[in-house]
Amino acid sequence: MTTPAIPEGVKRCSTRKFAIWLAVVGAVLLWGVYAMFLVWYKGLNQTGMNDAYGFALWIWADLAVIALGGGAFFSGFLTYIIGKKELKNIINYAVIIGFICYSSALLILALDIGQPLRGWFIFWHANVHSMLTEVAFCLSVYFGVLTIEFIPVVLENPKLDRVPFLHHLSHNLHEVMAVFAATGVFLSFFHQGSLGGVAGVLYGRPFSFREGLLIWPWTFFLFTWSAAAVGPCFTVMVTWLTEKVTGKKLVKQEVFQLLGKISGWMLLTYMIAKIADTWYWAVVTAPSKGFALMDFYTNNPVYGIWILIAELVVCGLVPAFILISRKGRENNTLLLTAMILAVIGICINRWVMVLQVMAAPLLPFQEWYMYMPTWQEVATTILPVAYGIILISLAHRYLPVFPQEKELNPGN
Amino acid sequence: MFPFIFEWAWDIAHLVFMGALWYALSIIGAGLTYCIIKSLYDTATQEGGDSAHH
Repeated sequence: MTTPAIPEGVKRCSTRKFAIWLAVVGAVLLWGVYAMFLVWYKGLNQTGMNDAYGFALWIWADLAVIALGGGAFFSGFLTYIIGKKELKNIINYAVIIGFICYSSALLILALDIGQPLRGWFIFWHANVHSMLTEVAFCLSVYFGVLTIEFIPVVLENPKLDRVPFLHHLSHNLHEVMAVFAATGVFLSFFHQGSLGGVAGVLYGRPFSFREGLLIWPWTFFLFTWSAAAVGPCFTVMVTWLTEKVTGKKLVKQEVFQLLGKISGWMLLTYMIAKIADTWYWAVVTAPSKGFALMDFYTNNPVYGIWILIAELVVCGLVPAFILISRKGRENNTLLLTAMILAVIGICINRWVMVLQVMAAPLLPFQEWYMYMPTWQEVATTILPVAYGIILISLAHRYLPVFPQEKELNPGN
Repeated sequence: MFPFIFEWAWDIAHLVFMGALWYALSIIGAGLTYCIIKSLYDTATQEGGDSAHH
């Protein structure tokens, strides 16, 4: 169907069908909202966290969505700073995905701090020696940048575009978008890095502690690099999913392949650095703290050496080699498999750097300490997924997100 | 965050950390202000009314 609010030249499903879709996803959203209410009303006793687990499922979700949302800053960097014009066909969607990821991260943080009404303390009474303060600053400001990048996309809705001031505002924001994109890259570099830095500076936790450069542990650079490598893979993955759900081709295959090639080389260089870092940690850093490598992968029910192999080989080197090969990129199934593996790999990495760090013994004679999330934690972690699906559905229906859609679906 | 907050200190850590924050905020603020003022001007003069931006 077409209405004045739907972009010209494209067809969308009926309002009834769309409402049913929103109601189904909305039910999941409401489940999450109920859990969120419980956490805010009753407190953090609704979670599985305790004195041993100050960081748990929520922080993993935070780190994962921030890494996956890295597609926005890196695609923006490639489009506006490097000048990869082909990526203009996917940059709108990368921004929307980034917006969803970062707003979700802030929502999860609002739950995790326990007292959201005091959330502003971190800004007002800033501890300038804390990596988490730096994360909070950059995260919030970068969310502002993403909002600014999202505004012109919203203003291109046919109804809004008829208002002269909004039309001009959208045009003028586009004109100076490179400035916002560059600021976003600066902010992203530091908050992605500092999220890794938080784990790396924990000198009392031999599993995560790393040496580094000046005040920055190697994990600082690894987190930034991995987010830039895998963020675009997540953007392509979500675009592909959107194509499957809508039954339409939205972006040309060459755009996917270009992002795949860039991600592949980024991922390969990241994996080389990550393997070097892991090797040095295994043979120098951990032994200096009294631990052998296998101490971190035995005597517990979950964390075997399989997790290291899965992260570095199956979801690291394998997708990297597929993506850097032309044949791999030209085969659609291989391209998507590689991107999904890369996304899983980065989620494993963030899980390990949050939850395995908390589980691993601190001293050679200590035991492992396992953790199980409560349903409230799970529901509030799924909540952003439902929110993301709703926002994507609305954006796809009412905004001209994909410039190539008309060309790729001439008959509609 | 501001020099008038009691725990503020005029040391290098505060200057670098807060300097970077305010630098980023200034760029964003200046960019937004420019876009809003230019849009008001364009609307008033109808300059670029048919401009295509995508």
